[in-house]
Parts: sequence; C-alpha cells; structure tokens
Amino acid sequence: MRREVPLFICFIMGALMAVQFFVPHQFSITLYQYMLRWLIIVLTFAMLLGIGSLIKVHSYKVRFKREGWGYSIVALIGLAMSIVTGMAGILGRLILGQERMAEGFFGDFLFTFFNSGIDLGSGFMWLFSYIQIPMQATMFSLLAFFIVSASFRTFRARSLEAFLLLIAAIIVMLGRVPLEGIVGQWLPDLAEWILEYPNMAAKRGIMIGVGLGAMSMALKIILGIERSWLGGTE
Amino acid sequence: MRKLVVICVVITGALLISGCQEIDTEVSAVTVMDAPNDSGGGVVVAWPAPAGVKVDSFAIERLDPETGKYTPLTTVKGDETFLEDTGLTPNADYSYRVVANLADGKTTAVGEGAGRPTGEWFNFNRLNVLVGVVSFVVLVLVFISMARGGKELFVRKIAGLEAVDEAIGRATEMGKPILFVSGLGDASDIATIAAMTILAKVARKTAEYETPLIVPCRDPIVMMVEKEMVREAYTEVGRPDAFEEDSVFYVTDSQFGYVAAVDGIMLRERPATNFYMGAFYAESLILAETGAQTGAIQIAGTDRVTQFPFFITACDYTLMGEELYAATAYLGRDPLMLGSLKGQDWAKAVILVILIVGAILIALTGLGEVDTTWFARLFETVS
Repeated sequence: MRREVPLFICFIMGALMAVQFFVPHQFSITLYQYMLRWLIIVLTFAMLLGIGSLIKVHSYKVRFKREGWGYSIVALIGLAMSIVTGMAGILGRLILGQERMAEGFFGDFLFTFFNSGIDLGSGFMWLFSYIQIPMQATMFSLLAFFIVSASFRTFRARSLEAFLLLIAAIIVMLGRVPLEGIVGQWLPDLAEWILEYPNMAAKRGIMIGVGLGAMSMALKIILGIERSWLGGTE
Repeated sequence: MRKLVVICVVITGALLISGCQEIDTEVSAVTVMDAPNDSGGGVVVAWPAPAGVKVDSFAIERLDPETGKYTPLTTVKGDETFLEDTGLTPNADYSYRVVANLADGKTTAVGEGAGRPTGEWFNFNRLNVLVGVVSFVVLVLVFISMARGGKELFVRKIAGLEAVDEAIGRATEMGKPILFVSGLGDASDIATIAAMTILAKVARKTAEYETPLIVPCRDPIVMMVEKEMVREAYTEVGRPDAFEEDSVFYVTDSQFGYVAAVDGIMLRERPATNFYMGAFYAESLILAETGAQTGAIQIAGTDRVTQFPFFITACDYTLMGEELYAATAYLGRDPLMLGSLKGQDWAKAVILVILIVGAILIALTGLGEVDTTWFARLFETVS
C-alpha cells in the first residue's frame, strides 16, 4: 500500500494533466488553476520544512564546532534578521496595536524600517538591496574569471575535435568584436553563419532528443515503470 | 392627389433622414460565431465587405446589456472582414454592430448580429500533437512489450554512466565524501526527476560502500523527496543506521546563494567525486570549475543545451540531453526501461525521415516544381 497509493495518485494526476493539455474548456482551465493553487500551498509548507532543515544543520555545526562553524553562525543570523525585519511590522501591530504603531512609537526611521514589511524602505528590503544583491552580483561576476580559466583549458588543440573547436571559437569571438573597419564584414558574417547553421543544427538535434527523452520519462513515471522517485531502486 | 402628397412626404422624409443621419440602411447581416478551440471566452464577428464603396475602416460595437446601447469595441482596417472578441463570459449572449467608415467621410451600417461563446472539449489545433504523442507512446509500449518478451536490446555505451561506479569507488578508496547536486530545478522539472533517479542509484552504492554522501538542495520539496530516496536506498542494502538525516539538506532558493554554499562545501569538505545532475543555468561553470580546482572527478548531466559547453569543459564526463533521462535504464539494465530507450531511438529515426522529406519538399518548392505548403501545415500548431 505504501507504494501503490502514490503510484495510483501519480497515474491519475499525470493522465489528467496530459488530457488537460488538449481540452480548452473552462472546466479544464479551472482544474489546472486549482492544481496550481495546490502547488503554491504545498510549496509554502515545504518551505517551512526547508527552513527547519537549515536551522537544524547549521545549529548542529555550531554546537559541535564542525569545520566552518563560523559561517553557520552568519547563516543563522542572516535567517533571523530576514524573519525579524520581514515580520516586525506584523508583530508590532499585534503586540503594540495599530494606533501606537501609527503614532510612530519607534520614531520615523524605525517606524518605516519595521512597519513596512517587504515594501521599499523597509528593513527587509534594505537587507535585500544592500547585502543580498551585492553578494549575488559578486558570485555571478566570478563567472567571467572561470570562463577564462575554462577556455584556456579547452582551447589547447590536442586533438582534431579540439582544434576545430578552437578555430570555431576564435571566429565567433572575433566576429562579435567590432572589427569591420579592419578585417571587413566577412568575419562577422562567418561567425553568424557558424551560429545559425552548424551550431543551430546540433542544438536542434539535441533538443529533439531531450523532448523525446522527457516524454519517455514522463510516460514511464505515469505508468509506474520508473519508480525510483518513490525511494529505493525497486 | 392625396396619394401623391403621401408619396411626396415619404420621399422628402427619406431624403431628410438620409441627410441628417450618417448611418444608412443595412447592407447585410453580421455573423457572430463561437470562436473554435477555446475555453468559451471568444466569438468571431464576421461581416461582408460592402460592394461598390471604398471603406477606410470598420468600427465594431458591442451591445452593453445594462444600458441597452452599443458601445465602441474597436476599429479595424477597411480590408478586414472579421474580428475575434475574447475575454467574454462563456454561455452569455453578445450582440455586435459593424459600421463602415467610408473613404468619403460618411459611415454606413454593415449590420448587426448576435452569438453565444461556448467552450469546446477538444482543441483541434493540437490534433497533430495528439497524433504525435499517441504514436510515440505506442512505439515505446511496443518496445517495452518486446523487452518483456525476452528480446535482447542493444544500447550503446554511455561513458558518463559507465564511470559512475568508478567515481564512487574512487571516493570510497580515498575516504572522502561524494557530492550530489541535483540542479536548480524544482520537483516538477523533468530533469530534476531524472536527477533524483540517478541519486537513488548512487545512494545505493554509497550505502553499500559506507561512503559519505552530501546532497545540498535548492528546493524544499526536492529535499524531502531526495531524503526519502536516500533513506530507502540505505534501508534496502541493510544499513538504515548508516543513513545520516542531515546528509540531504536545504540550502537556499537563491541561485547564487546556493552556488556560494556548494562551492564552500567543495572547498571545505573536498569531496572526491562531484555529480551535477538536473537543470542548471549560469551557475554551472562556477560549480564545475570550483570542483575541477579541488581535483574531484566530476560527472555532469543536464538537458539545458546552453550549459553543455561549460560542463564539457570543466567535467570529466557529461551526460547530454536525453542521456540524462536514459541513466536509470542504463544503470539498472531493466528490460522495461531499455525498451523505452529503443522506442525513443525509433521515434528519432521517424523524425529524421520527416526532416529529410521536409527538406526535399522545401527544395522542390524553391524550384517552383510543386506546392508543398500542405506538408508544413501538418506540423503547425496554432496556439
């Protein structure tokens, strides 16, 4: 029963969603939107499990002073700060009441900081704009350096394939640089041709394979042939 | 005499009316039909082009049921003869009036019509998709049934999957953990589901060899499913006590926050083997390059075409596109799974034939030999 019930639910829902794609009736759309709402609800509750897991893992590291436990403290403080600044307004209204909050109990700055939830100017958005976004941008900018190191490794022409790759890459790279006045239009045209024809042909070939593979995978899951997602390998 | 006066009055009246009112008499009726293949929120308003006059544009008006008056809906060019009105309430009556704006500045009523939008139970625009899907399903089921009957099916070697055992063995020998990253997709992403099935196989091996497994997750639902899968794998090989609850854990749903955390794990824990399976985006190279710098053996698999070059560059083995989906069949060697792989191969062969035929027909069309637009229409999908 532990396996049969999930398999049955998976079959019914999978088949239903596949049929839904071909039925344009309002009933079908309502059903689809209903499912999407369910998904949002499940996601919300799953997020609580995620936060629980995060707290548990990092608390364990701090408690037993595992390697890098200092980072875990930063992670936990970040989590606590986000929750506090995001929910302070709600908590303030609950504890102090709407009137005292509106009177500016905390002073103008603190009132905006704590009372605005995730609005512009709120503490939560301050954390997001001045801490999270710069940190994300920093991580993303690392990509430029990694591309250089990866290119250096790849473009060593040790075989015929690597040599062809090197030539194609040089043409496409130079073709994207505004060098028309120096080398003429033929270079950008050649780069465009490589992207539009050989590259596109290979991409489409892979995409067809991906599409069929995804359909086959979905079919196997709906029919219960693929059961690994239930846990284990049987 | 009396009759003559009446006729004169009628003619004068008619002339006066025609001079005062811009709208002439109706030319012909407007037809309002239910829009086909929709949810019941649209109608098609069609009208004939008035003969003998040059029309600048047509003004389409819809009857407001509350006021009982026609209100302007839109204006279309003079050479158009139909309009699809959408966003309507299904099974409600709608009336329309079409007025032609003539080139000489006058207007003339084309006509009025009423109709009711209703929803359909099948979208015939997607009939070709249905035929394709059903054909593919039949093909896969035929090969599954052949495999079940004991027929030997050949599957080509996939280097990335052949190397899975070797990679796990290496980590075991070195006494270092294995890192499994299941991408940034959520549980509804088919690539993530494929990654989960590979994780189940990897977890079974790590349970057998008692090799530590680290699975950082970006999606809480994926985390829960993967935790259960790993737990089951450990239970199946008879080592439920070896399963560490915190080996599968949630990190963050922020893309680069996740990358920072996983990179940190790579640099601190120094896993001997890194698996990157599932849906990846801009973070693929950051992850794979960091892993390469730590000296780990790396196996990647994704269906995101734009990320292939990065994984091929920085990883030892890369499963490209459908190879990711073929992993469970390949690793498990289950005849039913292998049957589905053969079905895919045959479907690809059919598509290849269609592409070749299409290319030949397009070439013939270019030469002016035959009209082959019918062939292209077979594969058109109207949304």
